Amino acid sequence: MKFLSLVWSNLKRKKLRTSLTVLSILVAFLLYGFLACIKAAFNSGVNMADADRLVTRHKVSIIQSIPSSYESRITKVPGVTLVAPQSWFGGIYQNDSKNFFATIAVEPESFLAMYPEFDLPAEQKAEWLKVRHGAIVGEVTLKRFGWKIGDTIPLTAPIWGEPKGKTHWEFQIVGVYTSQRKGADLTSFYFRYDFFDEARERGKGEIGWFGIRVADKDKAASISKTIDEEFANSAYETKTEPEGAMMAGFAEQLGDIGTIMFAVVSAVFFTILLVAGNTMTQSVRERTEELGVLKAMGFTNGLVLMLVLLESCVIALLGGLIGLGIAWAIGVGGSPAPSVLPVFFLPQKDLIIGACMALALGLVAGALPAIQAMRLQIAVALRRNG
Amino acid sequence: MNLLQQIVSVVGFSIRTIPARLGASTSAAIGIAGVVGTLVGVLSIAEGFRHAMTASGSEDVAIVMRSGADNEMTSNLTKDEARLISDTPGVARANDAPLASAELFVIIDLPKITTGTPANVPLRGVEPTAFDIRGNIQMVQGRRIEFGKNEIMVGAGAARAFGGLTVGNSLKIGVNTWEVVGIFTSGGGAAESELWTDAAVLQPAYNRPNAFQSVYVRLASVGSFSEFKDALTTNPQLKIKVHTLKEFYAEQSTATSDFITSIGKFIAGMMALGALFGALNTMYSAVSSRTREIATLRALGFGSLPVVMSVLAESLVLALAGGALGAGLAWLLFDGYQAATMNFQTFSQVSFAFAVTPTLLILAIIWASVLGLLGGIFPAIRAARLPIASALRET
Repeated sequence: MKFLSLVWSNLKRKKLRTSLTVLSILVAFLLYGFLACIKAAFNSGVNMADADRLVTRHKVSIIQSIPSSYESRITKVPGVTLVAPQSWFGGIYQNDSKNFFATIAVEPESFLAMYPEFDLPAEQKAEWLKVRHGAIVGEVTLKRFGWKIGDTIPLTAPIWGEPKGKTHWEFQIVGVYTSQRKGADLTSFYFRYDFFDEARERGKGEIGWFGIRVADKDKAASISKTIDEEFANSAYETKTEPEGAMMAGFAEQLGDIGTIMFAVVSAVFFTILLVAGNTMTQSVRERTEELGVLKAMGFTNGLVLMLVLLESCVIALLGGLIGLGIAWAIGVGGSPAPSVLPVFFLPQKDLIIGACMALALGLVAGALPAIQAMRLQIAVALRRNG
Repeated sequence: MNLLQQIVSVVGFSIRTIPARLGASTSAAIGIAGVVGTLVGVLSIAEGFRHAMTASGSEDVAIVMRSGADNEMTSNLTKDEARLISDTPGVARANDAPLASAELFVIIDLPKITTGTPANVPLRGVEPTAFDIRGNIQMVQGRRIEFGKNEIMVGAGAARAFGGLTVGNSLKIGVNTWEVVGIFTSGGGAAESELWTDAAVLQPAYNRPNAFQSVYVRLASVGSFSEFKDALTTNPQLKIKVHTLKEFYAEQSTATSDFITSIGKFIAGMMALGALFGALNTMYSAVSSRTREIATLRALGFGSLPVVMSVLAESLVLALAGGALGAGLAWLLFDGYQAATMNFQTFSQVSFAFAVTPTLLILAIIWASVLGLLGGIFPAIRAARLPIASALRET
């Protein structure tokens, strides 16, 4: 476009102001991107949930365990195709609770079948089935602590006590799982339930919760009901719900903090945009005289309108896209707080929304001065003094 | 004119003429108001949370858990261990019985009133001595629980945040039904997020006969903590760890309040950068719109220092006005706001009120001043360095 160089030299005229404006827009969009990452982290469980997966747990709360004998009874419920028992372990590495990562006891076969989003090389899976104290770990946690396959990892477990005659649990890393799906949690540590149940001091024969796959996701609600009725009025009543609902419930627990944080940041975001927009408006106003000259030279009203809009859009997009880019790069670099936010990335959807907002900012901030510039009478403009 | 008089008159002049540059000035002030408001708002969440966790943390109450446990959820003590702990020297006694309460801490699902979704609410089984040990339990409605019955009393924060917790209501938890008999406060402390019942009734309901998770004791005096601790840790029959309640609560609140504080500081830091750019822009354009004025003053014999001071003063005034606005708004919107969030250490809900403390307000003013000074200093230097002759010629 031949007028781009004109726009460009206008921007270069007050380099300081242009760069400051670009920088403040950059900051606003960096903040937006960062927040989108946090939001994605809170909702990652919900987004990963498959509609045909349910979770059965103790009715009172997930902290309570249920008998592992329930597995065979749930398997018999019509429509259930797979049951994967899981138990929260809560291991602590190096006796420091800051080294937090989820540690869960599972049955390798049913676990890997239940969560196909996790990729584990076939030979590592075979190894896991052979080694009783074997464990697999997500690549993020593996890198975080610099572990390698074959390493023995000592963990202490306040809930379950230590295996007889030992001061801590020892697991051998036999595999590393990865995922093709964006937003998958790559920080967890999974090991074998049979090894766990035999070695623990407390709660033998009990399980934390069951992951369940149903043949037809449209029947999920009625199957949930059947499962819960099966155990109604027993000492261990259950609650079955879709995986997504359970994850959403967990995310909700952060509750008010999340909502307020988002409200605050939105306010912040729009404040910065307001300030930046005002500066852009002002810089056009100061050039009224110049615009008059352009018009006197034969630039049409439409062309002047477009030039002004183009200028503000270039500023807004420059700042917005760089800001989003930095936020995206932070996401790629990994979570700044892996214990609390295991997943951290800028979803494509938010990236696109962000880019659209940058464009909208450019249009809105440019609109008023652009229309004024368009309507400008040449004589009036030329008579005006700075 | 001496230097001081010069400064006073030039500064006064530049401040009086702020209204002439209203648009740009307002936008700088709004930017700074935004920073300060955000900073105060977000930090008041962390303050409030920390207050809720530490308010009940007295120094003369100790909590004993199994060694290796970092919170009550993961601890486990037998009845015999609990008795050994109660009989340890250093524990206060009343009517010749030790002031010790062996407690069971479980979590139940209750719907959150604001969203209707289930949340993890802590339910604590206590012994009758618990009231004397805490010392700050006040009933605001109803009465205390009767021991031996399926009765529950509810912390005021929990009653506000979760559904079904009104006096006279019955709650079905698992296979048992419990009656809510009272609502209590505990000086804003963590117990206000909890439901209390009789430990002896809770144990069978949760299939935990003879099991406790913690023992709370009132110490004979603040000084007897070390005596108590030494006696316990040297007892070969026990594998336990001891904290004063103050230490314990401080430790319990770190993960969540650090999370809130660090995110809050990050947001406020970014926002400050954004506002700084805005302020710089404003001050540069203020200087450039006053180029001729400044040059005239310099030609009249005013030195560079008064000119620098005048630009700085203008920027400071704008920043402070913005800061006051932001802090005031944050105080209006956030102070006392009731909320509940999850404590990452126990995965259970803590109810608390946001607290805009005087410290935060002072912090807000400091931040605003720093931003004002930073935003003004470069434009001020530029103003002072303008060559007089060419500046006078500028249009």
